[in-house]
Amino acid sequence: MSSIAKKTGFGATVWDYITTVDHKKIGVMYLLAGTFFFVLGGIEALLMRIQLMRPNNDFVSAGFFNELMTMHGTTMIFLAAMPLLFGFMNAVVPLQIGARDVAFPFLNSLGFWLFFFGGVFLNLSWFLGGAPDAGWTSYASLSLYSEGHGIDFYVLGLQISGAGTLISGINFLVTIINMRAPGMTYMRMPLFTWTTFVASALILFAFPPLTIGLALMLFDRMFGANFFDHTMGGNTIIWEHLFWIFGHPEVYILVLPAFGLFSEIFATFSRKRLFGYSSMVFATILIGFLGFMVWAHHMFTVGLGATANAIFAVATMAIAVPTGMKVFNWLLTMWGGSIKVTVPMLYALGFIPSFVAGGVTGVMQAAAPLDYQLHDSYFIVAHFHYVIVGGIVLALFGSAHYYWPLMFNQMLDERLGKVTFWFFFVGFHCTFFVQHFLGLMGMPRRVATYGAEQGLDTFNLISTIGAALMAIGVLMLVINVVKTAIKNEKVGRDPWGDGRTLEWAIPQPVPFYNFRQTPLVRGLDTYWIEKQEGNEEGMTYAEPLGDIHMPNNSILPFIMTIGLFIASFGALYNMDADKPWSIFLLIGGLSILFACMFARSFKDDHGYHVHVEDILAEEERLYGKKGGNN
Amino acid sequence: MMRKFKKWRFVALFAAMTVFLTACGEDYLSTLTPAGKVGQEQFNLLLLSTAIMTLVIIVVCAIYLISFFKFRRSVVGEHVIPKQVEGSHTLEVIWTVIPIILLLILAVPTVTATYKLGDTSGMDAVDENGEKTALTVNVTAKLYWWEFEYPDLGIVTSQELVVPTGENVYFNLIAADVKHSFWIPAVGGKMDTNVENLNKFYLHFDEESEGLKDGVFYGKCAELCGPSHALMDFKVKTLAKDDFNEWVEAMQNTDQRTVSADVEAGEKAFVDNGCIACHATDAIATTPENPYASNAVGPNLATFGDRNRVAGVLEHTEEEVVNWLQNSDEIKPGNLMPLYDDVSEQELEEIAAYLMSLSVEE
Repeated sequence: MSSIAKKTGFGATVWDYITTVDHKKIGVMYLLAGTFFFVLGGIEALLMRIQLMRPNNDFVSAGFFNELMTMHGTTMIFLAAMPLLFGFMNAVVPLQIGARDVAFPFLNSLGFWLFFFGGVFLNLSWFLGGAPDAGWTSYASLSLYSEGHGIDFYVLGLQISGAGTLISGINFLVTIINMRAPGMTYMRMPLFTWTTFVASALILFAFPPLTIGLALMLFDRMFGANFFDHTMGGNTIIWEHLFWIFGHPEVYILVLPAFGLFSEIFATFSRKRLFGYSSMVFATILIGFLGFMVWAHHMFTVGLGATANAIFAVATMAIAVPTGMKVFNWLLTMWGGSIKVTVPMLYALGFIPSFVAGGVTGVMQAAAPLDYQLHDSYFIVAHFHYVIVGGIVLALFGSAHYYWPLMFNQMLDERLGKVTFWFFFVGFHCTFFVQHFLGLMGMPRRVATYGAEQGLDTFNLISTIGAALMAIGVLMLVINVVKTAIKNEKVGRDPWGDGRTLEWAIPQPVPFYNFRQTPLVRGLDTYWIEKQEGNEEGMTYAEPLGDIHMPNNSILPFIMTIGLFIASFGALYNMDADKPWSIFLLIGGLSILFACMFARSFKDDHGYHVHVEDILAEEERLYGKKGGNN
Repeated sequence: MMRKFKKWRFVALFAAMTVFLTACGEDYLSTLTPAGKVGQEQFNLLLLSTAIMTLVIIVVCAIYLISFFKFRRSVVGEHVIPKQVEGSHTLEVIWTVIPIILLLILAVPTVTATYKLGDTSGMDAVDENGEKTALTVNVTAKLYWWEFEYPDLGIVTSQELVVPTGENVYFNLIAADVKHSFWIPAVGGKMDTNVENLNKFYLHFDEESEGLKDGVFYGKCAELCGPSHALMDFKVKTLAKDDFNEWVEAMQNTDQRTVSADVEAGEKAFVDNGCIACHATDAIATTPENPYASNAVGPNLATFGDRNRVAGVLEHTEEEVVNWLQNSDEIKPGNLMPLYDDVSEQELEEIAAYLMSLSVEE
């Protein structure tokens, strides 16, 4: 496998993507899969909003509504937001730190396939007897009471995709620690790399509690263990703790990379160094740390007692301080800069007021006695959508526009992008702003319907109209992508003109080995420094041109995941007495998994070398005779 | 002068907010029209936190708008390279310290109120004769209905909580099947009813419910508990102390009631169809196995005629009682009551009439 020759054709392309270990291609797959699940979750949301459009509506049944609500939350968090962020991490972080791939390319592929098949498994529940219906939090008393296999799909699906996330998190930690180019010290890392680093550390510590919780739940349902059955000495509050010890850091796992993405966008389009870089780094770490200290604020009404509530209330308020630092640093980055309102910058500009609004309602809920009123009401729904949509989704959309030229060497249509933004932004505020008041007016969350003449009709209708506007926005973004792909206009290196970090210094299209020579990083915003000094190459090299060591593609991650996928069906149906064949699925699936692991462990794969002449040939193929860096 | 103006502005903001917030929602449901001390305290925290947070938003938006309009590329020029500022220690200190001060202003009343609302020691307070001074209600939440037992008074009711105004009422809360959450938005914040442990809290009812639209406050289940979570409503009737005492006495005598002649057939049908197996028709509390969670299978019906709704959500008419008996599975999916659609229409109507006659109020 020392050849870099490429086969063409549809089948070859599919095979290439299934076996690839290239972080750029895996990034694209994360984006594709994440978008698919995002649209799915969006459709679920729309169905719910149609149901709640007017009082006593019967557009969907109450049971189906609970399935929609559960799957919307689970899908959006685990299968849309996280993978989409992983998509950008994969596409951007190795390029930002001057690496040729992630530390464990094989695991990178495995992580993706685990996430994807976990998501597919979870969503197959729609066709196989009903989706989970106990909320994305799946509180134990209700989830044990829930009939059918819905909850089993939830437990097994999340266990698989959670394993993928954990693997990816570890991979990025190791990558960022070990694979930085010479000169890329910690305090010269771009902020997106920093936030990816901290978010990965959070994944490392936050996912094990979820894994344990899911495992206990699985034991309860599969083997009749009684961890959460209080009549047999179990305790459901333990599930709540385990879930939220994971669940709260999860919020920061999502929002920190979003902060990082916006930091890049603000600096680029203000044509200015990020204001207070070191305090931004400090704030990121502090938020990550405090994120583990506040989980019980989701449980203020559980009855933990006044002392626990008071401690967690104050700890939660404390998070506002580093978050505030970040907001002011972004504002001061714009101050004195030269702000160009491109589509990514438009999203960033929309993010500031939206996210601040979501943040301050968070502080309001931190006041425990006030939270007794706000908890589990629509106020909460408004709050976390302001944070997740106003923070994370705006970051994802903005970054899609921002990094599109880096990933595909094409530029999304700016005019259509601006229209998209306004539809989505206005729709978003229209949907969720009024929900604050619905909550205050006494509407509990997760209700499949509400009575007339409770004063809730108007705001619910406004909310539904907003959701429709958001849907139009998303649709326009998809149209934009298709349109751009058809137009297929190449834009080349640094298309925004104000790129600051290393990824923009690479010639377009990015060769599969990323850097022909490992770059030497000479400071924060290294590309900006080179540009200011008039370096046409865009980077200084740390090594002469030489052979490049690259990892081999492998089909094993895909097969391993298939094995686990089959085994999950075995485990699921093993709970039914009338399906004795399920044990063979379980054993068969696990055998495939272990056989692959055995093969991977005992058959050394040293990768291959791209020789200098191959590099030169590849560069000529990509950029013509003149070379890439011009 | 300037300072005075600023102070005045703050007060004005506060007042405007109060007016705006209280204009929202219905007074029997909304948290913005608190009808009790606990709710009032929480509402005050809402006002304080909203004021602080509005201040933050105004400051952020001001800096945001100024920097946006002043430093757009069309304003500063296409080819200008801005000064690459590293940061500012002074500014960092300012925007660290000021938020901390603002949070302290919020944290102190928060912690105080947390302890105050968490103090249920008044539940066991006794007078010189050793009698309990405070009213305690044991709340048991069940798949999709509520039972309210008054352990010191020996009575029990369901779906409609009746409490006196002007005093702290203490609650023991537990769920009998899955987790629910007990919430009377207009009176005060919620408390979960866990399955494995007893939660205690108190509320204080100031306003008599007589003048409200339906004559009751609305109560809600605030924790997802299955398909009919949205329909797990209850109602709260607040009475002046004397009226409450009268009600209690009437309740304690419900086992002495005689059935009037015109609904005797209904009572017979109620017994013959086995309704009585799950639904008690007197309000006398029995001693359950669990000292707190009631083991009643179905809601107590001793005050059915006084209620505001059938099954928590339907209009309070005999037709709806029949509708419920025939279609309970569609009206409240997932509820545990069997269907009685095989019983003759006439018998169901008789049962409905009988149930409507069960009253302790004049």
